[in-house]
Amino acid sequence: MSNKEKHWEKTRGLMVLTLVIWFVFGYLIFMFGSSLNEGSFLGYPLAYYMCAQGSIIAFVVLIFWFANKQEKIDEEFGFQERGEDD
Amino acid sequence: MFKGNFVQNLPKIYGTYTGGFIVFIILMAIAEQAGMTAKTIGILFVAFTVCIYAFIGYLSRTVQVDAYYVAGRQVPTVFNGMATAADWMSGASFVAMAGGIYFGGYTYMAFLVGWTGGYVLVSSLLAPYLRKFGCYTVPDFIGTRYGGNLARFCAVVVLSLASFTYVTAQINATGTIASRALAIPFELGVWVGLISILLCSMLGGMRAVTWTQVAQYIVLIIAYLIPIFWISNKGGFGVFPHLMLGEEVARLSELEAQFGLIKNSAADIKAAGVPGGLKSIAVAHSEVPSGGMAAWKFISLALCMMVGTASLPHILMRYFTTPSVKAARKSVAWSLFFIAILYTSAPMLATLSKLSLMDPTLSTGIIGKPIADVMQIEWVSQWVNVKQAFIADFNGDGVLQLNEWFMRGDVVVLSTPEVAGLPYVISGLVAAGGMAAAMSTADGLILAIANALSHDVYYKIIDPKADVRKRLLVARALLIVIGAAGAYIASMRITSILGAVAWAFDFAMSGLFFPLILGVWWKRATREGAIAGMIAGLGSGTAYLIYVYPKFMGNPAWLGIDHLRFGIIGASVCLVVMVVVSLMTKEPDSATQKMVDEVRIPSGKTILGKQH
Repeated sequence: MSNKEKHWEKTRGLMVLTLVIWFVFGYLIFMFGSSLNEGSFLGYPLAYYMCAQGSIIAFVVLIFWFANKQEKIDEEFGFQERGEDD
Repeated sequence: MFKGNFVQNLPKIYGTYTGGFIVFIILMAIAEQAGMTAKTIGILFVAFTVCIYAFIGYLSRTVQVDAYYVAGRQVPTVFNGMATAADWMSGASFVAMAGGIYFGGYTYMAFLVGWTGGYVLVSSLLAPYLRKFGCYTVPDFIGTRYGGNLARFCAVVVLSLASFTYVTAQINATGTIASRALAIPFELGVWVGLISILLCSMLGGMRAVTWTQVAQYIVLIIAYLIPIFWISNKGGFGVFPHLMLGEEVARLSELEAQFGLIKNSAADIKAAGVPGGLKSIAVAHSEVPSGGMAAWKFISLALCMMVGTASLPHILMRYFTTPSVKAARKSVAWSLFFIAILYTSAPMLATLSKLSLMDPTLSTGIIGKPIADVMQIEWVSQWVNVKQAFIADFNGDGVLQLNEWFMRGDVVVLSTPEVAGLPYVISGLVAAGGMAAAMSTADGLILAIANALSHDVYYKIIDPKADVRKRLLVARALLIVIGAAGAYIASMRITSILGAVAWAFDFAMSGLFFPLILGVWWKRATREGAIAGMIAGLGSGTAYLIYVYPKFMGNPAWLGIDHLRFGIIGASVCLVVMVVVSLMTKEPDSATQKMVDEVRIPSGKTILGKQH
């Protein structure tokens, strides 16, 4: 397998993992909204909290995490950009 | 002053700007104490901010193609994040979102999840790869990856339809706010709004829009947060509302049980003469509706908004302006960060303003009080006079019940400062914020359409030999034509703000989502597959919309997929058709395959030249 193929395989793996986490916070938890709402966080019903703040914060953190991971993958295979003009 | 070291000076420039804006707010507050009328304050707020945007637009004028189309690809990560946030948060987000939560509660909040989660798709599937491609517009990518003018043209059609649906709503919102703040008729307000929008984009294209959007973000976020923190602290609800409103949410459930959530019958509403578009609270604030169908409706709406986000060209093109692929990825994260500041605040604003009205133990509460007294309150009579609020005494007891108080959704944000008894300067600030939100989105959308038509249709298809001067002239002429068309339709007042906005997402996902992601992630995707997918996706989505929308054919929704969710049909058809046709046609040539390989790694030159 060439360097490019390995790089792409890892990139794809990270993409799938990112989308799995995205699915959990975007969909899975809201499939169980009514039972989730019996719990609470900061005094808010939990399902209400998750769509008001929780999932949104999770998405922000997820994208920062993803960007850092992908940079590491690019560096590992020597595909990072050199200088601003590349 | 804006040359050379401009990019390094950005934090200083916008820091000064923010400081200047805060000084302006303080000056207005002093002027109010000194006896300046509410009307003058409103005019000054809107006029002052719009003049600043126009000034930035003038300073950013350019005669270079790459500056006009992609801001010279030098927008730093964090600033691009702010610009995207302003580009993204429309008049609907600013004015209507808290109102939507106010009336729709948890069910409506599917929009919050949907309008944020889409950025995960943007960052992991698209933005870095489109940046590496080096395109000027989204159809530029489709046209080059799949080859041929037909694919390019189909992408332009989807882009125009989706963006145009969206832009009329934005011009409508600028019209509403301008007409209120400047005390002019709505039809005139629409044209005033349009001129303000064009002032920001005409001379400098993407470069001008970028720097005005950053300025607009600063205004809109200040305007959104100040009232929330002020009300929360003034009413003793909590110093930091986002973390401290748990009790208030619980109190709302108590009050809902006390007053009862009654859904008025259509006949009653009609008999009482409630003006169209006004609603009463009939849905629980934080309670999750039970049953599989309710959960599916929540999830399917979020899905449409997320996939739509990742297909909307005015958002994707913001990531063409970063200096590198790495910066594009980080920039998506910053975009969502800046968006999240407003989105996580909207439910807090809805909670506070709902409680202010509903809680009879608060001085601001109106529910459960005699109607005659309520009508004496200044803000009530004001909004009732302009048919934005209404009282219908259904049971004839002379006391205002929860189901007897009607209000337009947009009024929630606009009236909250008055309801809570804040000084008028805050209402002026909110008007300026709403104006900034609607203008920045409208600018991004009009530019997306005009750029696609001038670059992809005019330059790439009609006249590939056109020189730079002519290209930019055409681009600017198109800006005016599209803006004017949008303003004309908006002035006819066809649909409410949110209905139209959700449709834009569905149109975009029906036609563009799979051709875009498969262009990067599936080498086997062919030109014929992409063209067939775009046509079939957009066609079937639109057909389903006509089939199901109450004002068109009005058939019962299939599996709960109503007119807000028609993109699910369109995108599914698009995927199936695109895969089947791709597999039936000859696999892309080796040059195309090599191009896809190049797109997948950040290093090396962009696929399309710096100027093309």
